[in-house]
Amino acid sequence: MNFDYSDDQKFLKNEARKFLEANCGPAVVRGVMDNADRSYDEGLWKAVAAQGWLGAAIPEDFGGLGLGHVELCAIAEELGRVVAPIPFASTVYFLAEALLLAGDDKQKGELLPKIAAGELIGAFATSEGPGPVTPASVKAKVEGGKLTGVKIPVTDGDIADVALVLANEGGKPGLFLVDLKGAGVQSETLKTLDPARGAARLTFSGASATRVGAAGEGFALVEQVMDRAAVLLAFEQVGGADRCLEMAKAYALERYAFGRVIAGYQAIKHKLADIYVKNEVARSNAYYGAWALNTGAAELPIAASAARVAASEAFWFAAKENIQTHGGMGFTWDVDCHLYYRRSRQLSLVAGAPKVWKERLVQQLERRNAA
Amino acid sequence: MDFNDSPEEAAYRAQAKAWLEANAADHAARSAGGRRPNTDDHMAAAKSWQARKAEAGYACITWPKAWGGGGGSPIQQVIFNQEEGKAGVNYGYFTIGLGMCVPTVMAFADDETKQRFVGPAVRGEEIWCQLFSEPAGGSDVAAARTRAVRDGDDWVINGQKVWTTGAQYSDYGIVLVRTDPDTPKHKGLTMFWIDMKSPGVEVRPIYQMSGGSEFNEVYFTDVRVKDSQRLGEPGQGWQVALVTLMNERLAVGGSAGPNYAEIMNLARDLPAGNGPALSDASFREKLADWYVQAEGLKLTRFRTMTALSRGQTPGPESSIGKIISANQLQDLSNLAVEMEDQYGIINDPALAPMEAAFQQSLMWAPGLRIAGGTDEILKNIIAERVLGLPGEVRVDKDVPFKDMPTGR
Repeated sequence: MNFDYSDDQKFLKNEARKFLEANCGPAVVRGVMDNADRSYDEGLWKAVAAQGWLGAAIPEDFGGLGLGHVELCAIAEELGRVVAPIPFASTVYFLAEALLLAGDDKQKGELLPKIAAGELIGAFATSEGPGPVTPASVKAKVEGGKLTGVKIPVTDGDIADVALVLANEGGKPGLFLVDLKGAGVQSETLKTLDPARGAARLTFSGASATRVGAAGEGFALVEQVMDRAAVLLAFEQVGGADRCLEMAKAYALERYAFGRVIAGYQAIKHKLADIYVKNEVARSNAYYGAWALNTGAAELPIAASAARVAASEAFWFAAKENIQTHGGMGFTWDVDCHLYYRRSRQLSLVAGAPKVWKERLVQQLERRNAA
Repeated sequence: MDFNDSPEEAAYRAQAKAWLEANAADHAARSAGGRRPNTDDHMAAAKSWQARKAEAGYACITWPKAWGGGGGSPIQQVIFNQEEGKAGVNYGYFTIGLGMCVPTVMAFADDETKQRFVGPAVRGEEIWCQLFSEPAGGSDVAAARTRAVRDGDDWVINGQKVWTTGAQYSDYGIVLVRTDPDTPKHKGLTMFWIDMKSPGVEVRPIYQMSGGSEFNEVYFTDVRVKDSQRLGEPGQGWQVALVTLMNERLAVGGSAGPNYAEIMNLARDLPAGNGPALSDASFREKLADWYVQAEGLKLTRFRTMTALSRGQTPGPESSIGKIISANQLQDLSNLAVEMEDQYGIINDPALAPMEAAFQQSLMWAPGLRIAGGTDEILKNIIAERVLGLPGEVRVDKDVPFKDMPTGR
């Protein structure tokens, strides 16, 4: 049995933690959050690229480190711990993973080396309004290689160079690469729950669009990309949830009320024990997702759904109860609790809400149960 | 990251499998055929199986060979347990004795006593029970009121224990008693081993809310034990009990109860308004939550096994097991019963779906949330031992036990 990070992976993770503690403290996050005109931290983005993390799971032939997905998961966990204000998920978990899955040699050869080098920011554009993304919700369309329609919200859409856009071509859904700096693209930055992660409304009026993957397979491809992203996002969520537990514990141990530290009261102890239990359930499910992602196992859709459901629940619970443990202090702008509360919402929603994933999980279980 | 055995583990698994195939087949056949736990037949089968395992070094795999063990590692024990489970020949009768009582005897008894008891326990010839809980002390084990008074070379025990698993078929037990009520409670306790057939020991089954009687009350009326049956010094009983309980925590537990496939099968056939329950959105959402928790628990055990496999001490993650499994069994049973709507009230195996398995687990689950540490005590343990938060404020530390408020 070998169901944990290896020693090498633990080393990498530890190095990542040290690097991020030095380069991505709360001041860096707040530097983005408190400035309406900033959507990410450019310096951190460059530094992360220099570490090679953007290409951790990109093969060496395409300019990456070719390490593997468990290594990428380890990095994701550390990025989650520090609520990193960079377009890592959009660029790596969505764009790079989609290209690795379905890109042709030209697309991969052109874009993956730039992603690995930190020269290109990506975005993944599926939503067009309130409610889950379904084949029926897609109104954007491509005719003669030109895209028209509106996508909202597109995380990192305001800073991205390239987006993958879900749109219909000949009445069938497809996933299309669009150069956001080209003609026929209008971007409008949105006010979001987590200002350390930007989002935009993208309006396309005849923008050039190149299909990724087979015609008509767009929705299936979106689901495959979402599965991969779900596992990686789950590690960010697990990292964030663990950090919330540490913050709550540290505060409870130093805060006195009624003559003793509040960490001694069962109301607080049991709350933190509940967080711990949910975090471990999430971590174990995330590990299974990492295994399935790394080995290309047929179980990936089930593993990814379970990882996402467990991690979304754990981070939400840890983030809200961390604020509660901090009392009034936790509700102030100056204390960092809300950074995690905000990020827990961003991560839970960016790849589709947990409710959608629960349904997807049960569908997969029905299929497996019938087989 | 994978689920594979290391080459050494694979070799051990193959060896264990081969041995089980050669030895368990006839045994499994004899154990089947309607044998129910706690019957004479079932017990006889269990004892003969334990003896065969002991002969081959598969009983107490991690114990030294000199004590009848296998001289193996914890991961080997886990591997053997898995294969034994698949072979359908695992029995629970010896778990408490070999997991908790006998290790305590080995840690505190003299050589003569160890020579007398360890071998027969390993071979399944003698069964042990643990007599700790009392009517006035469940979570608060150190509040034991059962008294032992010195009388020459003997001690005389009077009092009552409760929730004693296996007392009805046990030959011996370890019992925690109060020998000095004038000192604070943790300091006035002493541990003894006891012959369950001693005059004055009376075992009465507890009629549980589930309708079954798996646990017992044990009454002590002027029960005489020799001073040589003492484990540890007088007044050191709490330290001895901690050794017993530490051994309990080393066990890697499994979880009982229906699995998701059974629930899905039930839900597929069960009408729920406009279609089967399985097509009901709220049911599907709960099913997903439940699956994620059950998977999380199973996968967490794999993480614990990984630590053992790497020769490390398992991390604290294994402490989440019973809190999750017990609550889940309760919630899930109730969900299944509610899915049956009015019909769910029927607890007759001839009429209720799945032979009323969910009705029965609904009535069993409350006990699971209490036995072996209540939810609340387990959360205290996670908070204090895993997260390092302070212990409770104690009002009982410096008060002589006899002066402690009891509410009576």
